[in-house]
Amino acid sequence: MSQWKNFSKGFFKENAVFVLFLGLCPTLGVTTSAMNGLGMGLATTFVLVMSNLVVSIVKSQIPDKVRIPSFIVIIASFVTMVELVMQAYVPALFDQLGLFIPLIVVNCIVLGRAEAFASKNTVFSSIIDGLGMGLGFAMALTILGGVREILGSGSIFGFKFIQGDGMLVFVLAPGAFIVLGYLIVLINKINKKTA
Amino acid sequence: MEYIIIIISAIFVNNILLAQFLGVCPFIGVSSKVETSIGMAGAVTFVMVIATIVTYLLQKYVLDAFGIAFMQTITFILVIASLVQLVEIILKKVSPALYQALGIFLPLITTNCAVLGVAILAVQKDYNLLGSVVFAISNAIGFGLALVIFAGLREHLDMVNIPKGMKGVPIAFIVAGLLALAFMGFAGIV
Repeated sequence: MSQWKNFSKGFFKENAVFVLFLGLCPTLGVTTSAMNGLGMGLATTFVLVMSNLVVSIVKSQIPDKVRIPSFIVIIASFVTMVELVMQAYVPALFDQLGLFIPLIVVNCIVLGRAEAFASKNTVFSSIIDGLGMGLGFAMALTILGGVREILGSGSIFGFKFIQGDGMLVFVLAPGAFIVLGYLIVLINKINKKTA
Repeated sequence: MEYIIIIISAIFVNNILLAQFLGVCPFIGVSSKVETSIGMAGAVTFVMVIATIVTYLLQKYVLDAFGIAFMQTITFILVIASLVQLVEIILKKVSPALYQALGIFLPLITTNCAVLGVAILAVQKDYNLLGSVVFAISNAIGFGLALVIFAGLREHLDMVNIPKGMKGVPIAFIVAGLLALAFMGFAGIV
């Protein structure tokens, strides 16, 4: 498989959120605005790339039986780094994302890519895979956050273009489920056309 | 009284699944039958309560005591992962029937963010030990309640005539949205 294909599959064909349905908790939990979605997506991308990198380097040293716990420790270390860095430099975003930053550890995408891709492939392909998957995830979160922000508060990335309050329900919990449901229908349709 | 508020708020008002989005993966993945979702809810309750007790004690007597609170994420996830293994081994010996019933759900719980989420929330909210246990139990009940209601809905959804593109996961999300809307009705009671 060429590296470009390896990179681009994360966006549509194997998009973590819309097609594989992985990492749904942060997807639904933080996407009250486009900015939050993007921030969460980029934090996850960082963890994904770094854990893919490390796992693919040490894969031959780890005994098969303890591989999952080892992967979890590697992932948790990077999550802790992200947590500390975000707390120091973007405290406002850190407060918004809150609980979901430490929960990147249990994001199925990260462990899933370590297990399914990085433990079997070369270092370079693993980095590319992590980057593609992570940016695909970030894209999904930004779109979902954008749609909810437009419908719910009439603004995008914080710029208000509709006066008034908007439909509050889209910023609240039910809106997350409903918007994601319709977005999946849309992506299915696009994937079917290009296939 | 304080505990009653914790219970009602965790089960209905801030339902862990429908209002806080923790544990959505098994919610969408597992809950297509009522029976399996009851099994899942049972396994989660078990691990969630034990994990919250262990992590509470660790946080108080190790992490805080030595000033290494930044190790929280790593410590908690390791505790949960080993706890799941331990529960699996003990159940296999002590109660093979229960072990059979929970089956594949046990290993899956490690990556269920509801367990880690509740453990961290209990620490953040600064409950005492009893409060943490009550908090964990009521969140587990809330999780189970949402899971079982949703599974019941999805069993009926299979037979409904809807556009082809909506079948399966998309309609499940939209139904979950309506369910969340229904749970918002509880918002005023606490």
